[in-house]
Amino acid sequence: MWDYSEKVKDYFFNPKNAGVLGEANAVGEVGAISCGDALKLMLKVDSETEVIHDARFQTFGCGSAIASSSALTELIIGKTLGEAVSITNQDIADFLGGLPPEKMHCSVMGYEALQAAIANFRGEEWRDDHEERALLCKCFGVDEGMIERAIRMNKLTSIEQITDYTKAGGGCLTCFDRLEDLLAKVNSELVAEGFLAEHEAYRIGVASAADIKAKAKARKETEDAAPAPASPLAPTSPLPPPSAGMTNLKKIRLIEEAIEELRPYLKKDGGDCELVDVDGNNVMVNLKGACMGCQMASVTISGIQERLIAKLGVPIRIVPVKSNAH
Amino acid sequence: MRPVYLDNNATTRVDPAVVEAMLPFFTEQFGNPSSIHSFGASVGASVKKARQQLQQLLGAEHDHEIIYTASGTEADNTAILSALEAMPGRDEIVTSAVEHPAVLSLCQHLEKTGRAKVHYIGVDSLGRLDIEAYRNALSEKVALVTLMWANNETGTLFPVEGLAELAKEHGALFHTDAVQAVGKVPIVLKGSAIDMLSLSGHKLHAPKGVGALYVKRGTRFKPLLRGGHQERGRRAGTENAPGIIGLGKAAELAIEHMVDEQTRVKELRDRLEKAILQRIPNCFVNGDPRERLPNTTNIAFEYVEGEAILLHLTRQGVAASSGSACTSGSLEPSHVMRAMNVPFTAAHGSIRFSLSRDNVPEDVDQVIEALPKILEKLRELSPFWAGANKDPNDFKPVYA
Repeated sequence: MWDYSEKVKDYFFNPKNAGVLGEANAVGEVGAISCGDALKLMLKVDSETEVIHDARFQTFGCGSAIASSSALTELIIGKTLGEAVSITNQDIADFLGGLPPEKMHCSVMGYEALQAAIANFRGEEWRDDHEERALLCKCFGVDEGMIERAIRMNKLTSIEQITDYTKAGGGCLTCFDRLEDLLAKVNSELVAEGFLAEHEAYRIGVASAADIKAKAKARKETEDAAPAPASPLAPTSPLPPPSAGMTNLKKIRLIEEAIEELRPYLKKDGGDCELVDVDGNNVMVNLKGACMGCQMASVTISGIQERLIAKLGVPIRIVPVKSNAH
Repeated sequence: MRPVYLDNNATTRVDPAVVEAMLPFFTEQFGNPSSIHSFGASVGASVKKARQQLQQLLGAEHDHEIIYTASGTEADNTAILSALEAMPGRDEIVTSAVEHPAVLSLCQHLEKTGRAKVHYIGVDSLGRLDIEAYRNALSEKVALVTLMWANNETGTLFPVEGLAELAKEHGALFHTDAVQAVGKVPIVLKGSAIDMLSLSGHKLHAPKGVGALYVKRGTRFKPLLRGGHQERGRRAGTENAPGIIGLGKAAELAIEHMVDEQTRVKELRDRLEKAILQRIPNCFVNGDPRERLPNTTNIAFEYVEGEAILLHLTRQGVAASSGSACTSGSLEPSHVMRAMNVPFTAAHGSIRFSLSRDNVPEDVDQVIEALPKILEKLRELSPFWAGANKDPNDFKPVYA
């Protein structure tokens, strides 16, 4: 049986806000009985203030599906639609003290039902794009169609890029084989269509070997570039000091430039990053928005770190901090 | 809360008499059965005795027709790969769509890697094999037919003796995965057309980690594991003497309890099934109600999801299982439910109760008491229930 948190069990056995809401003026329905889970979310929204006065749910599904639905209603009651719309599936999972990776899709269902209900209130139609094709990454509920679109639109050629763009593969990565197969397939299609050079295309086995070599080479070059003498600026850092001649001001400017380049990618996922301080090779940043508390935060940090190392040509350590600390 | 174990198709409790029979072989009688000295020889004799006990349970002609393995899965894999290698000029396999993954996954892999062409024979809504399609798939190109004796999810029995005779008409080998059948239904292999049969110890009150493959004398065979000369060169690796001796004892006990299994256990199962069908609306039995294991019932509950039922049952002390997607981490209901075309309103809400000789009437009472309230509660939560027909008299499942 699944390793459910006490809170998941509690919300499953004693669900709050279960049932039909007669005076609902915003309804979101996602999933289907044939898929194994479905959720009908009913909201009573104040048409003046857009405050959610009441929320009820009906769920067909497993333990975590029922618990996630109930948790969602608890999260949104009393909030305005504007506040509720930014609630993510991770917020639902966090509220429940975490969900097993295979069960994250249950929280995604809650997120989708909320989006659908808000769209319904505003007279819009919400399109559920997860049901188009087979679910490939179960941790983040990403389907094949979505990944294929991301590969095509952005000419992705590595698994890491797929994870960055779609989150697929960012969890347990048991979908690795299927991600690889899909990436190789779409890449070879792109080559055939003339959108991608043959040597850039991902090839199973070959590509990953080349990738490892390239990374090893880059690491070696970084090490070679770092001068031996220790800088008084970084007395305790185990990392080599910045290259001689680079002033702190110059370094900070380069770091700011690098963050600026990364910002569009972070914003695309509803996040942001702000430079707080630089101390020797330690770069303090403040992750904001969706980056905060996201289980992908560590991936984001290592992404920024890699970018800075490439730009400055010296080893840098990214330290996430809260901005109010400074 | 009194614990009630109704998941005996998953695994069984090791019989205390089996444990007792095994214990000396961990301590005093630790020798290697292949050794010539006295430490080994006495173990060797006990292993031979265990082989004869198993021979009796299977109604086999010779004790040396039994090859010990580490699991039912190993036995299945050995049989299938052996047949492909040993039958020159034949590269097709005939199997069914409802086999255990130990057979199905290997067949799919062989197909994918181009080593065999596989015919997956379908079943009807009661889980019965499509005999017409089976006949049509048989030819001189078929190396092996592999069909399960009893289905693990529904308990439905395939008429394997007759199916084996049909295979023989085309010169194909016939293997049956009898992991769920051995010990629950009488089996007589002597004089049958069955060439190979797989079984697993822990399904019949022996420990986990021991199984066996029956290979009829005179059957072409290629070993899966190569190495030492154990099991007459057909399965290398030092014998799991305590496990083998436990399996032998379990086989002896299974013969003793066969009547109990067919009568008392069956009556308990029937009472449980009837009470559930009477007390809970919109549910029905999956599988063939007549040709079925005496210990198994698989019941589909409409408009609820299986894991949710299981979680509630667990809290009430009852252990059962579900073919539902959510317990296995996939999003699809089990391949067995899909092959039987169980209506989608119920495929996700199927629960398997599997009994054994360890069960008593109070176990069944406890489930009958708990289950209606659980279903009522979950159906109140379900968005589909309000629109469903709640009058059980009007309810007709699509395929009943």
